[in-house]
Amino acid sequence: MKAKIHVTLKQGILDPQGKAIEHALDSLGFKKTTNVRVGKYMELDLDQTDRAKAEAEVKAMCEKLLANTIIEEYRFELQ
Amino acid sequence: MNIGVVVFPGSNCDHDCEYVFKAVLGQDVTMVWHKETSVAGLDAVILPGGFSYGDYLRTGAIARFSPVMHAVKGFAFEGGLVLGICNGFQILLEAGLLPGVMLRNKSLHFICQDIFVRVENGATPFTSACRPGQVLKIPIAHADGSYYTDPVTLAGLQANAQVIFRYCDAEGRVTPEANPNGSLDNIAGIRNAQGNVLGMMPHPERCAESVLGNEDGQLILASMVEFLKKRLPKMVGA
Repeated sequence: MKAKIHVTLKQGILDPQGKAIEHALDSLGFKKTTNVRVGKYMELDLDQTDRAKAEAEVKAMCEKLLANTIIEEYRFELQ
Repeated sequence: MNIGVVVFPGSNCDHDCEYVFKAVLGQDVTMVWHKETSVAGLDAVILPGGFSYGDYLRTGAIARFSPVMHAVKGFAFEGGLVLGICNGFQILLEAGLLPGVMLRNKSLHFICQDIFVRVENGATPFTSACRPGQVLKIPIAHADGSYYTDPVTLAGLQANAQVIFRYCDAEGRVTPEANPNGSLDNIAGIRNAQGNVLGMMPHPERCAESVLGNEDGQLILASMVEFLKKRLPKMVGA
């Protein structure tokens, strides 16, 4: 089973990279672009066929390592 | 006295710390490879600056799972002195030994320059050689040093005098202009509630002898040595 994981900064946490990209987009003429947020995308293979178990496992990975839940939130899909 | 300096893959200030404690302050130093599972026999543990594990994922996020960190946690819980400098501070945050997290610098720049910090609490094992309110000039060198935590935790840090250093100007004024990286409340260094674990972004080991033109950093490391010499059974005051 493959897990596709997105880790992003929570709303309200300053994202200076997002701001810099927003300014760059603006200077390229994309004037109405707002709230640019930069995040991380990870994918990994799980040796697991039980969907519920896979979900629990990926959740544990996110909580322990992949995201710092003080400032980040995560979501994932299993395929 | 035996000071342990932990070496992670990617640490690069480990030998500077070793040098200052050994050559400047005259103490024994043991370099502790991150695969070690014990810190027994050490009187203090230093987590040095650098780029442990290449800063992959988040600064300090992978180093906190190094085998030695389990021992460092136990050491800290028993009251042992732990100092995390720069990347060491980031590791302490990820390990949960100090509250909060580091965000990318507000300017997005890697900043390597002398800055000023004000000593907000001189009654700690790390600052006893400083006058309260003393302004120290110490270099910073980081890209992820914008301290952040939730409002409740921040209020707790302030109320318990856990904010040890704040970024300030040369006269000691804590202003937004003197904040190099966007840290909440100009925070440059905090300690834990028990008072035996300090994390700081500035590098005291880089300015600890007169030949370098600046000895301000020596005050912090010498405070630790003095504290350990006295072997106070309990932490002194708030």
